[in-house]
Amino acid sequence: MLTIKDLQASVEDKNILKGLNLDIKPGEIHAIMGPNGAGKSTLGNVLSGRDGYEVTGGSAELEGTNLLDLEAEERARLGLFLAFQYPVEIPGVSNLEFLKASVDSVRAAQGKEALDSVSFLKLARAKCKLVNLDQSFLKRGVNEGFSGGEKKRNEIMQMMLLEPKICILDETDSGLDIDALQVVAEGVNSLRDPNRSFIIVTHYQRLLDYIVPDFVHVLANGKIVKSGGKELALELEEKGYGWLEDAAENGAD
Amino acid sequence: MTDFHNTLLAAKSNESNSSLSAIAALNKSGTVSFLQQEIPTRKTEAWKFTSLFNFTSNEEGYGRLAETHNAAGLDGITTIPALDAQRLVFVNGQYSEELSSNESIKNVVRFSQANEAQQAIIADNLGTSIEQEKHIFAALNNANTNDGILVHVEKNEQLKTNIQITHITTAQAKPFTVAARLLIVLETGAQATVIEHFASNDAEQNCFVNAVTEAKVGANARLNHYRLQLMQEGSIQMGGVHVDLDRDANYDSFQLGLGAKIVRNDINVNHNVGGSHCEIVGVYLPQNKQLIDFHSNIEHKVANCTTNEVFRGIMADKSKAVFNGRIHIHPDAQKTLAGLSNKNLLLSNDATINTKPELEIYADDVRCAHGATIAQLDEQARFYLQSRGISAAEADVMLSFGFINELLENLELDAIRNLIRPILALRFGRDEELMKHIG
Repeated sequence: MLTIKDLQASVEDKNILKGLNLDIKPGEIHAIMGPNGAGKSTLGNVLSGRDGYEVTGGSAELEGTNLLDLEAEERARLGLFLAFQYPVEIPGVSNLEFLKASVDSVRAAQGKEALDSVSFLKLARAKCKLVNLDQSFLKRGVNEGFSGGEKKRNEIMQMMLLEPKICILDETDSGLDIDALQVVAEGVNSLRDPNRSFIIVTHYQRLLDYIVPDFVHVLANGKIVKSGGKELALELEEKGYGWLEDAAENGAD
Repeated sequence: MTDFHNTLLAAKSNESNSSLSAIAALNKSGTVSFLQQEIPTRKTEAWKFTSLFNFTSNEEGYGRLAETHNAAGLDGITTIPALDAQRLVFVNGQYSEELSSNESIKNVVRFSQANEAQQAIIADNLGTSIEQEKHIFAALNNANTNDGILVHVEKNEQLKTNIQITHITTAQAKPFTVAARLLIVLETGAQATVIEHFASNDAEQNCFVNAVTEAKVGANARLNHYRLQLMQEGSIQMGGVHVDLDRDANYDSFQLGLGAKIVRNDINVNHNVGGSHCEIVGVYLPQNKQLIDFHSNIEHKVANCTTNEVFRGIMADKSKAVFNGRIHIHPDAQKTLAGLSNKNLLLSNDATINTKPELEIYADDVRCAHGATIAQLDEQARFYLQSRGISAAEADVMLSFGFINELLENLELDAIRNLIRPILALRFGRDEELMKHIG
């Protein structure tokens, strides 16, 4: 589904990703862990097309299409979804209007007709319920005055509405209490599908208790330095990243 | 004095035809003051960025219409849906009984119908908030006023009924003028909501509306004031608002200017006694070749008063907006709290904004903040929308809409928000059906 080969990227002339390889098959969940500054968030930003990230080498193909050639909105329409670590507040633009514009755009790209507003409203209300957000959130400005947990649940709700092929969750668990964490995890689990894959970027093993990954990768110094099954997360929890970073540096020499 | 001065004064049908001596006196002093002032040019400081060429180039001037009007087909634009209000409607400056509310309430009266007590209130207050030697069009209004409206709310009376005053214009054979005048007097502890609403029936307009409003807000009184300029393309509007605040008075104002050929608003608020608060929110949205100008001047003459002023504008096409926000803090105005913010978005390379915050502070123990920006849309917000499949172009439209809509969300009257939002939505091509569910 998503094949990343030798991906290299820099921010303000500083190399962050230094040859990252990842192959994600349909239906798989890959967790990416790693120390601060390893490039975890950069990966999500580069894949989703945020300005300011310069790709200096490599490729990232979603079902054969090189994402890196596309505008951010085109990537989204192809089925890529980034759940933001820090969702943006947009006062004055209602959540409902935003969600409808988003779903309309993605549907149009799939050759589907736009939903009429009444059916959309129904759908949006149903999804609100699933992530335990009050319907009044639809009327409010996008993420405006939402708590950290509400913002993250809003991200999951968007994911549910857009039904993407590949979902990247960028530290979605940061700042969540245990209840919100469960809501988020349930949301993700409900979206698990043989044709949908996930990249879960996280610092902590805790989220992986609820969303069980097929693979765990350690990203350090811009590269995947170790990959394993879900038990790797437990090992990391216990040992930290130091031993892997050392190994990575030795390997690089 | 020039011929052009005379064409404007000639608008008066004859010598003061008001039977009220207070108005006759005002006409007289207004005429003198007006004749002493030059028609502003780009060399006049307060008009540096606002050219009156499209106004003064009409050499035949702006006459007053004969006493006829046709109300047919205008009812649609005179009402504000779902607004429960006592409505007074004027068509091309003439009172329309047909379009106005059937019943009258004691708080609102035309000058010409005022009883003795109301005449006394008019005599005591009319013209007293205005420095006409600084505002040529206020002087002209003083000279030309022969009728007007008095809103009077007695001591401790909380007026439940909203007052709506609507001026509609329609194109006429020759350019013409309307001298609209409103006097609002709130006694101690009184409360009222007044909506001034200016509209035109279509884009083909040749009117010059000179609308001047005075408000006397008594001790601990509260005035909620909406001034909505929805006239279309060809209209010219001058004038403004002059407010005097007594002790602990509250003036809460929302100004909307859609833009027209030339629109100039002078907003003057005087904190006269202490403890008063002034809140002004303004929105301007010119397009095509429209020109709109807001000049505000807040005088903090005494201590312990607050002002919060927020203006936002979006300029499209070849339009131009001017914003000048002066806050003058006198030496005695200690403990003043004043904020002024003006943010602007330019939607085209041919659009212009001239913005200037002007804080003049002569007291040392005050807190003032000001900012004027010509903003780019927020990159983070744009990316967020794009990352959800929304094109950059549509994201920009949504964010522009949000930029203004954010200010509407705080309006107290839902009916006003619901009047403006579809206009905004149409301007920004939003889904009207969906809007209904957001309101």
